[in-house]
Amino acid sequence: MGRSKKTSCDRRNFLKGAASGAAALLTATPAAQAQQPQEPRRGAPAPSAHQVAMETAPPAPRMDVYITDRPGADFMVDVLKSLRFDYICANPGSSFRGLQESFINYGGNQDPEWITCCHEESSVAMAHGYFKIEGRPLLILAHGTVGLQHASMAIYNAYADRVPVYIILGNEQEINFRRGDVEWKHSVQDAASMVRDYTKWDDSPISLGHFAESAVKAYKIAMTPPMEPVVISANGQLQEEPIPEQDRRTLRVPKLTLASPPAGDSGAVAEAARMLVEAENPLIYAGRVARTPNGIKLLVELAETLQAPVQDRRHRMVFPSRHPLYNSGSISDADVIMGLEVADFWFATHRQTPLNRLGMVNRPAVKPGTKLITITAEDLFSRSNYQDFGRYAEVDLSLAADAEATLPALIAACRKRITPDRRRAMEERGKRLAERHKENRDRDFDDAAYGWDASPVSTARLSAELWNQIRHEDWSLVSEAAFVSNWPGRIWDFDKPYHYIGGHGAYGIGYGAPAAVGAALANKKHGRLSVNIQCDGDLNYAPGVLWTAAHHRIPLLTVMHNNRAYHQEMMYLQDMANRAQRRPDQAQIGTAIANPNIDYALMAKAYGMYSAGPIDNPSDLGPAIRAAVEVVKRGEPALIDVVTQPR
Amino acid sequence: MNRIFWLFLAAAAMAAAQQSDSGAEGDAANGKILFTRIGCYQCHGYAGQGGRAGARIVPMPMKAQDMIRYVRRPPGEMPAYTEKVVSDGELRDIYAYLKCFPPPKAVKDIPLLNSIKGQ
Repeated sequence: MGRSKKTSCDRRNFLKGAASGAAALLTATPAAQAQQPQEPRRGAPAPSAHQVAMETAPPAPRMDVYITDRPGADFMVDVLKSLRFDYICANPGSSFRGLQESFINYGGNQDPEWITCCHEESSVAMAHGYFKIEGRPLLILAHGTVGLQHASMAIYNAYADRVPVYIILGNEQEINFRRGDVEWKHSVQDAASMVRDYTKWDDSPISLGHFAESAVKAYKIAMTPPMEPVVISANGQLQEEPIPEQDRRTLRVPKLTLASPPAGDSGAVAEAARMLVEAENPLIYAGRVARTPNGIKLLVELAETLQAPVQDRRHRMVFPSRHPLYNSGSISDADVIMGLEVADFWFATHRQTPLNRLGMVNRPAVKPGTKLITITAEDLFSRSNYQDFGRYAEVDLSLAADAEATLPALIAACRKRITPDRRRAMEERGKRLAERHKENRDRDFDDAAYGWDASPVSTARLSAELWNQIRHEDWSLVSEAAFVSNWPGRIWDFDKPYHYIGGHGAYGIGYGAPAAVGAALANKKHGRLSVNIQCDGDLNYAPGVLWTAAHHRIPLLTVMHNNRAYHQEMMYLQDMANRAQRRPDQAQIGTAIANPNIDYALMAKAYGMYSAGPIDNPSDLGPAIRAAVEVVKRGEPALIDVVTQPR
Repeated sequence: MNRIFWLFLAAAAMAAAQQSDSGAEGDAANGKILFTRIGCYQCHGYAGQGGRAGARIVPMPMKAQDMIRYVRRPPGEMPAYTEKVVSDGELRDIYAYLKCFPPPKAVKDIPLLNSIKGQ
């Protein structure tokens, strides 16, 4: 390892100097020049008394200046820029100060651009939401210790949602480079160990060349289905020390070539096609099948080829909500069910009922003899400790493959097998399913009328009022719909890949607000209107992300689903009280978020955002949303606080 | 045979009369308080409109005695409310409260809903 030109003081003072910019550091400082020894000239005049005094006096304390002409972090930035991240999300941390400075000054704070986050959990959740719109990961920087501890729940959410998040951890491995107590506390032997159970790969490079190779390799691994988070530790010494002279001619950025996702074996694909074509009531159960926008087109093509209904796990946007084959089938009627990228397929085919003190009663939701097929990359990778993999599903045909990559061959195989008789049967089935789809839709609107004028505002009314204001815009719902009884899914018109991003992955609360801001950041460059139906409990985990949205001018309409409770837990507590036959009225204790009620409009205003509310009269809602939409269309975030029914 | 038939009919009529009366006996004002206090609203909504967590219970489709029977031994995910938690009388109050809700407007009579349905 080459050494810096050490001409002065300590590294703490160097850091102060570094704040003025790397460019300034590249020029020789007066102090540095003063350290250059001068040769005495022949025939020169005799030294003056002052010079003699200078020569003979005791030397002044040595004042070194610690400068670096090209820190290792610059090369790290070259490597990371090659991976084409749009943004870096980070809460600042001293263990990656070298990288931060290089990104800003050497990298010009462009491609990627720095996004200031107020919590590492927000950083990762923003990247989570961003990926689900843009299909590309963001770069996260965090302390290898305290920052990663903050980030860990969000990493688990991304892991369970099969989302690649690319995380660089700052860590000072060399003890002689640690500054006092703080940096000892912020250093760790094996930084990634804390999240190794729910990341796909990690490394702790010990040289810049090693960093380059591991950084590119990590990206490739993260982006290969099943996509998952990865972690690279960036040693502080590597970041801050100059690039060794001997390495400057040889260091290079490795070429990135992403792996093409694996398609299913041709024999298994043919067998799946046979089962589907011969079925009287096939059903497609869709999980995270639309890895790209093309995945939606392929799924529509398959469903129409078979005239088979599609049931949606609502992990992502996978199928148009007004398509006559959408949600028009029934698990219990199906004779063949094919799960596509469903992590918890067992739950799709079973019903559970809690039984007091005897656990769960599990009943098959399918009729006897129903054949089950799965196509999923989930079978290609798993970890054991965290149980997100779900229950073992007993199936008849299992393809360990990426479903989207397999669909073209499956569609072709189905077409090849369809006889004129089967074609007629499928067309008849399609007509029945279209009728059922229409009946379902009529029922959804009838249901929405119940509690229409209620206060607190019903979640159906909230969703209808919101839809009325955005339906003619290029909109994107960047939040989970389950907490509002999936009303958007029932009465809105979803048909574009960015119309819905799904939920947490691991149900880790605190995901919603930052994921929405991250998704809105992705939508910003496309000029889309991002809409977030925001749960109150979720926002209170890390509300600073509202400031991030305001500071970076991220257009996002947030409509609070303010039911003033951690409501799911309130229901569980009531359940427990009823089982124990005592006081369900106490379920408010520890679960209500009231007394005092939180004023979210005031909160948003404090973070520099347009806001309105609290609104509890449903007739006030439409005008408030209309005004907020105008603010968002001007490029700013806005928040409307709506006091709502529980679900 | 005829006599048995008429006795059966008379008994059924009496039971039906008791059932329909039992709802009317309830105190709707107290029922409203109980509906919130013991947590009915948590799954069914303050307006009984239902949602992802619980069924719609307005208009209440059951007779009072049937509702009480259901609440005591619900077959699905709903937690059982035993007599230790809520009395029959209190359940009749809740029943009376639920009976106060008017039927919802038809979709065609709600301009916003009708508009977005027809788009």
